[in-house]
Amino acid sequence: MVDPVAASRLQFAVTTIVHIVFPVMSMGLAPFLIYFTWKEIRTGEAIYERLRRFWVKIFAVSFVVGTVTGLVLEFEFGTNFAAFSTFAGELFGGPLATEGMMAFMLEATFLGIFIYGRDRVSDAFYFLSSVAVGLGTWLSAVWILIANSWMQTPRGYEIVSEGGQEAIRLTDPMAAYFNPRFQYMFIHMQNSAVESVALFMAGVAAYFVYKHHVRGDEVENAAFWVKTLKIAIVALAITAPLQVIHGDLYARHVYETQPQKFAAMEALWETDTYVPEYIVAFPTDPSHILDPRAKELLGIGIPGGASWLASGGDPQAEIRGLNSFETEAPPVAIVFWAFRIMVGLGFWFILLAFWASYRWYRGELVEDDLLHKAFMGSSLLGIVAVETGWIVTEVGRQPWVIQDVMLTENSVSPNLTGAEATFTLAGFVGGYALLLALYTYVIRRIIKHGPPEVEGGSVGTDSGADAPPEAEVSVDD
Amino acid sequence: MTDLAGEALFGLPLPEIWFGLVFFVLAMFLFLDGFDFGIGILFATREDPHEKETLLAAIGPFWDGNEVWLVVFGGALFAAFPEAYANLFSRYYLLMFAILAALGLRGLSPEMYEEREDDQWRRYWGYAFVVGSALTPFLLGMFAINWLTGVAGIVSVPGVLGGLVVVALTVVDGAAFLGLKTRGSLRDDAVAYGSRAVVAYLGLVVLTLAAVYVTTPALQSALLSLPVIALVLLSVALAGGYVVATRRGEYLVAFASVGGLVFGLVTVIAATMFPLIDRATGLTVADGIVSTLPLNLMTIMMALLLPIVLSYFGILYSVFSGPIESGETYG
Repeated sequence: MVDPVAASRLQFAVTTIVHIVFPVMSMGLAPFLIYFTWKEIRTGEAIYERLRRFWVKIFAVSFVVGTVTGLVLEFEFGTNFAAFSTFAGELFGGPLATEGMMAFMLEATFLGIFIYGRDRVSDAFYFLSSVAVGLGTWLSAVWILIANSWMQTPRGYEIVSEGGQEAIRLTDPMAAYFNPRFQYMFIHMQNSAVESVALFMAGVAAYFVYKHHVRGDEVENAAFWVKTLKIAIVALAITAPLQVIHGDLYARHVYETQPQKFAAMEALWETDTYVPEYIVAFPTDPSHILDPRAKELLGIGIPGGASWLASGGDPQAEIRGLNSFETEAPPVAIVFWAFRIMVGLGFWFILLAFWASYRWYRGELVEDDLLHKAFMGSSLLGIVAVETGWIVTEVGRQPWVIQDVMLTENSVSPNLTGAEATFTLAGFVGGYALLLALYTYVIRRIIKHGPPEVEGGSVGTDSGADAPPEAEVSVDD
Repeated sequence: MTDLAGEALFGLPLPEIWFGLVFFVLAMFLFLDGFDFGIGILFATREDPHEKETLLAAIGPFWDGNEVWLVVFGGALFAAFPEAYANLFSRYYLLMFAILAALGLRGLSPEMYEEREDDQWRRYWGYAFVVGSALTPFLLGMFAINWLTGVAGIVSVPGVLGGLVVVALTVVDGAAFLGLKTRGSLRDDAVAYGSRAVVAYLGLVVLTLAAVYVTTPALQSALLSLPVIALVLLSVALAGGYVVATRRGEYLVAFASVGGLVFGLVTVIAATMFPLIDRATGLTVADGIVSTLPLNLMTIMMALLLPIVLSYFGILYSVFSGPIESGETYG
């Protein structure tokens, strides 16, 4: 049996790690769907209707699973983290309630119209519905990230004692809700969602383009997939560099506001100057290889790199080490490696975007089989980068649930038993594995089915399938 | 900001208003997602694949929005009465996760059902849909009654009876909605089930209240108070109105009377519970409420957004008004 604190933390980790996939899909797809709807209405071209109808199916399934898994999170603050909810509820509950009213309601009601109502409302109203759905998904992120970022950089509160029980009192709502971390998180999250969806689209499209143009198989909707690939490349070329540039600013902000997390990201135990940015690092004692808090490390890295990152350009800058904090360090190896995977992927996506843009510019997009394979292999890596990023954020803030205010071990429901927590943890592991399997199954079927035929349109757009790439529809026509 | 932190907005009795608001949101959820559950239960009574498809199509555009009322219920309780939210959800730990699992099954199964056409696949996902649709209101009813009585365990006699009350009510609700959304024998059968369910509902309500009366002496005077008795009598009248309206084919009237039944039931629970918000710990509404500043902010948020949100539902339901046409599907 797992103790209630560990089980609750693991359970919350499982639920968030699975849940975030679906908001990433819906938030990332939102701008594409608005674009497709706009173009469909403005140009009347069948391909945009097909794009919209195809991707809205994936959006709808993601939204349903996201609702199911998201509701779980809202309940878990009460079920598993009752001490936290009682302590910080006055400040933390508001954003959750506001998310429901301002964002989720907008998204869920207009989604009904967006999925089922094309023939029942005017073009303009239909377009507005697509905007309402997209806006809903993004506003949802605003309020959830306000709640989360406040835990990272808490502001605008005081701690009062009532009847021997300490609790948070909201004193300055603007300072609390627009805390310093919020804007970093919001930009980083939203851009990564669009980037992840662009990679997913590109991966799916590349598979069909490869099949048709490289292997020479008959693919029914070859032109549709070339178009999809091009749209995805444009989105990737915008989001990939932005993500890394913004990530650099974000890392500096983390150093300034959560130095313990930054030290864990760099696996730095002793305060030092001219700290290298390790590319890899391993415990020097092989028996510590599985210890996430191993201290004697051998690293290969860029001299002064971490100092440069933390200070914004000074390779000599001093960085506080983990031993200078009174609290126990977070599991360093997890944070260290998650950070490196995320950053490494971020650079890989930039490379991919440049490579694809160059091939496109040269008119070789449909012929470069290596590029197609790279896209196929990278189709889920955007989501991997999001997951590792969140692991850096959430594992890296340990042992605090609210930075410097409340320890995670004190946040769990006091009356929760190990048996209850272990039982639900096992249920979540099993249930969510099944849920992910079903989601994957449905998405695969949607992709296999391909885009729906639309009246009078499909023949026209598909006739160009075997024409040279230059003759095909371009993205911004 | 100093004004907002100082005193309640316009001197309003905000703790009581929020107590009412939390139950209003719960009632909205029970009324609207209630017909989704009821249709899911009535799904078990149909054999014909086209009829099953029609039932799914009837809830297709609506259920997601309906379910958000539960999200807002959790959020509003958390934001206004965080201690009650934390106590309740952690005390009925396994029950909360059972509700989530049942709700997940209900949400997922139509999506999966539509995915493939083979009989076996559809049979099992059809079962899952029925089970999820029946289990969710049952467990929610248990939760509501346990909340009211403050019982320590999860399973109690009043709780189980309360679960059956809500299941019956969702069938009444689903039948009325099918009155609006379907035609012919499908509609006739549905409203016949609805009329039987409404009788069962009244019987179960009386049984549940009696069980609460016997097991929870502290609630006896509240249960015999004039408002509660008046609401029970009003429910009998509404149930009669429901039966008459379905016979006459006035399904909108029937659906409205279900709304009356749902709000009546939730008001009975709220009126019996007040002035406490968590009987098990003796937490009162006045003590459980958050401090003035966040309360004022939340009140402003709700005052601005509630009419807007209600208008979304107005738009959604008017866009998809009228019976399901042949060819309309869930997927």
